[in-house]
Amino acid sequence: MNIVVCIKQVPDSDKVTIDRETNRLNRAGVPSIINPFDENALEMALQLKEKHGGQITVVTMGPPQAEEALRSALAVGADKAILISDRKFGGADTWATSYTITLALKKLEEPADIILFGKQAIDGDTAQVGPGVAHFYGVPIITLIREIEVSDTSFKVKQVTDTGFNLWEIDRPAAFTVVKEANELRMPSLKKKLAAKKAEIPTWGVEDLGAEMEKIGLSGSPTKVNKVFAPPIKMNKEVLDGEPAEMVNVLLHKLRERKVL
Amino acid sequence: MDAKKEIWVFAEQENGKLHSVVLELLTKGRDLAEKSGYTLCAVLPAADGAPLQQELFNHGAKKIYALTDPKFTEYQNDYFSKAVSDLILAESPSIVLYGATIIGRSLAPTVAVMVYGGLTADCTELDFDTEAELLLQTRPAFGGNIMATIICPDHRPQMATVRHNVFKKEPVSDSESGEVVEAAVDISDVPERMKKLETIEEMIETVDLNAADYIVSGGRGIGKPENFEIIRGLAEALDAAVGASRATVDAGWISHHHQVGQTGKTVCPLVYVACGISGAIQHLAGMQTADLVIAINKDADAPIFDVADFGLVGDLHEIVPEFAKQLNAIRGK
Ligand SMILES: Cc1cc2nc3c(=O)[nH]c(=O)nc-3n(C[C@H](O)[C@H](O)[C@H](O)COP(=O)(O)OP(=O)(O)OC[C@H]3O[C@@H](n4cnc5c(N)ncnc54)[C@H](O)[C@@H]3O)c2cc1C
Ligand SMILES: Nc1ncnc2c1ncn2[C@@H]1O[C@H](COP(=O)(O)O)[C@@H](O)[C@H]1O
Repeated sequence: MNIVVCIKQVPDSDKVTIDRETNRLNRAGVPSIINPFDENALEMALQLKEKHGGQITVVTMGPPQAEEALRSALAVGADKAILISDRKFGGADTWATSYTITLALKKLEEPADIILFGKQAIDGDTAQVGPGVAHFYGVPIITLIREIEVSDTSFKVKQVTDTGFNLWEIDRPAAFTVVKEANELRMPSLKKKLAAKKAEIPTWGVEDLGAEMEKIGLSGSPTKVNKVFAPPIKMNKEVLDGEPAEMVNVLLHKLRERKVL
Repeated sequence: MDAKKEIWVFAEQENGKLHSVVLELLTKGRDLAEKSGYTLCAVLPAADGAPLQQELFNHGAKKIYALTDPKFTEYQNDYFSKAVSDLILAESPSIVLYGATIIGRSLAPTVAVMVYGGLTADCTELDFDTEAELLLQTRPAFGGNIMATIICPDHRPQMATVRHNVFKKEPVSDSESGEVVEAAVDISDVPERMKKLETIEEMIETVDLNAADYIVSGGRGIGKPENFEIIRGLAEALDAAVGASRATVDAGWISHHHQVGQTGKTVCPLVYVACGISGAIQHLAGMQTADLVIAINKDADAPIFDVADFGLVGDLHEIVPEFAKQLNAIRGK
C-alpha cells in the first residue's frame, strides 16, 4: 500500500509574538516544529504500514529548511521524503498550495492508495488543503477521522463529530484528515535518526512539477492578506478583588445588568 | 469578473432542521446586503426543502435556490460539492458564506478548488468595502497572535466560513416572503465513492462544547483531578458544558473531548468562565471570541485577564463554589 502523508513545518506558536507598533510577527529565532496534527497523520501511516505493509512517502511544501520536518518524519519510520520548494511558490494560499502539492503527488512513481493530512495547520488553521488536494488528485475525502480499517477495495473510517462519530465506507484510493485523538506519535529510533540525517531528499521546483505559473505562489492565490493587526485587548474589563462572597455577588449583579443571566 | 450582485448563504440542514449558524449568517448577511446593495440568497440542497423555506425568508433571505434530490438527505461531500459548485458556475454569485461546521469545512474547501474561488476559514468579522466592492474577511492567525483581514480581489466568488455563535441570529419577522428558484442540478453521473453507514452518538457527559452557550473550564489551578467536581458544580448551576486546558488533559485529569484551544476545540459561547487557567496563547486561540469571558485566577497578572470582561482575583476553591451557590440560590435550585 502506498501511503502519502502531507506535513507542514510551522512556527512554534508559543514563541511567536507580535510587535504592537509595526503589527509584524516577531518570527526571528522562533523554532519550527512539525504541525502537531500532522504528527497524528504520520502515526496513522506508520500503524497502517505495520499492519498492511507498503511504503510511506512524506511530502512537504515550504522553504528549504522545511527539510528538517521531513528528516524528523524519516526518523520515526517514513520511507521516502519529497521537498516541494521554489521561491516562486512563495505566498501561496490554500488554493495554490493544494494545486502545487497535487502536482508533486502525481509525479510520484507509484500512485497513492491513501493520502493523509493533519486536521489543520496551526499557523493558518484553515483545514482547506486536504479537501483541495483530494479534489485535484481525483480521490474522495473524509475529514476528521480517528480510526481506519483497510480492505482490498475500500476503507472504513470513523469521522469524529460534535457528539460521537460517523462510520463511512469509502472507495480506495482516498484521502483523509486525521484528528489528534487518533493516536500519539512514537519517538524516533536512534538507528533511523542516523539514517534520516543522511537520507537523500529530492527538492522539486516549478520546472520539475511543470506547474502553470498563473496557478502558483502569490499570483495564483485567490485570497490576499489586506492587513494584519494586533488582536484587540478588552478595554473595559472589570477586575474584582476582595472576599469571595462579595465578589461573586457583584459579578452576578453585573451579569444580570448585562442580561447574560 | 462579472459576478452577480448576490450574497449566498449555504443552508446546512440535518434531519429536516436548519443549523443555527445558517440563521446567524443570514442575519449578518442582511448587514452586508444593505451595505453592498446585493441580494441575500440561501442555497438549500435537501430531499425536501420546502418546510425549511419560511425560516430562511424570516431571517432575511430574499431568494432561495432550492436544490432537490433524494441524495441530499444526508451530507455526502461528492454530491454536495458537485451540486453547489455547478450552481455557482451557472449563477456566479459574488459572495458565498458557509458555517464552519464539520460539513461546511469539508464542502467549502472542495467547492473553492472546483470553482477557483477564494476561501477564508473561520472569520470572526465580515464587512463590505463599498469602494473596492470587496468582502473584508477578518480572522485570527498564528494561534491568535495576530488578526488578518483577507480579501479576494480577482476571483469570484469570495467565500468564507464562520463559526457558530460568532454572529447572533435575529429574524426580521415571522412572515417574510421571497422568491424560490428551483435550481436544475444533475448529480446523477457522480459516482458513489463513499457511503455513510452509521451515525453514532457517544454521549460523553455534556461535552458538546461547540453547541454550548455557556462553558465553565478548569485549568491546572484546580490542583487535582477530583477538583473537576467544583467545575462541574458551577457548570450545572449555569447549564454549561465543561471545558479544560491542555495542561489538565495532558495530566489525564479529564478526557481530551473537553480541551479548548488551538489543538482542542475552538468555542464561541455567550459566556466562558476560565477557572485556574493562565491564558496561554494556545488556550486563548480557542475561546477569545466568546461574547463574555469571566476569569478566576489567583495571579492578578495572568494573561487570561487580558481577554476577560470580568476578572476575579482569588482562590478558585473558594470563589467557584460560592459562584455556584449564589447562582443556585437565585435560580431557586
Ligand atoms: C503546539 C501547542 C499547542 C497547544 N494547544 C493547547 C490547547 O489547545 N489548549 C490549551 O489549553 N493549551 C494548549 N497548549 C498548552 C499551553 O501552552 C499551556 O501550557 C496550557 O494552556 C496551560 O494550561 P493551564 O492554564 O491550565 O496551566 P498553567 O499555565 O499552569 O496555569 C494555571 C493557572 O492557575 C492559577 N491558579 C493556581 N492555583 C489557583 C487557585 N487556587 N485559584 C485560582 N487560580 C489558581 C495560576 O495562577 C495559573 O495562572 C498548547 C501548547 C503548544 C506548544
Ligand atoms: N505547505 C504544506 N506542505 C505539506 N502539507 C501541507 C502544507 N500546508 C498544509 N498541508 C497539509 O494540509 C493540512 C491542512 O492544512 P491547512 O489547510 O493549512 O490548515 C495540514 O495538516 C497538512 O497535512
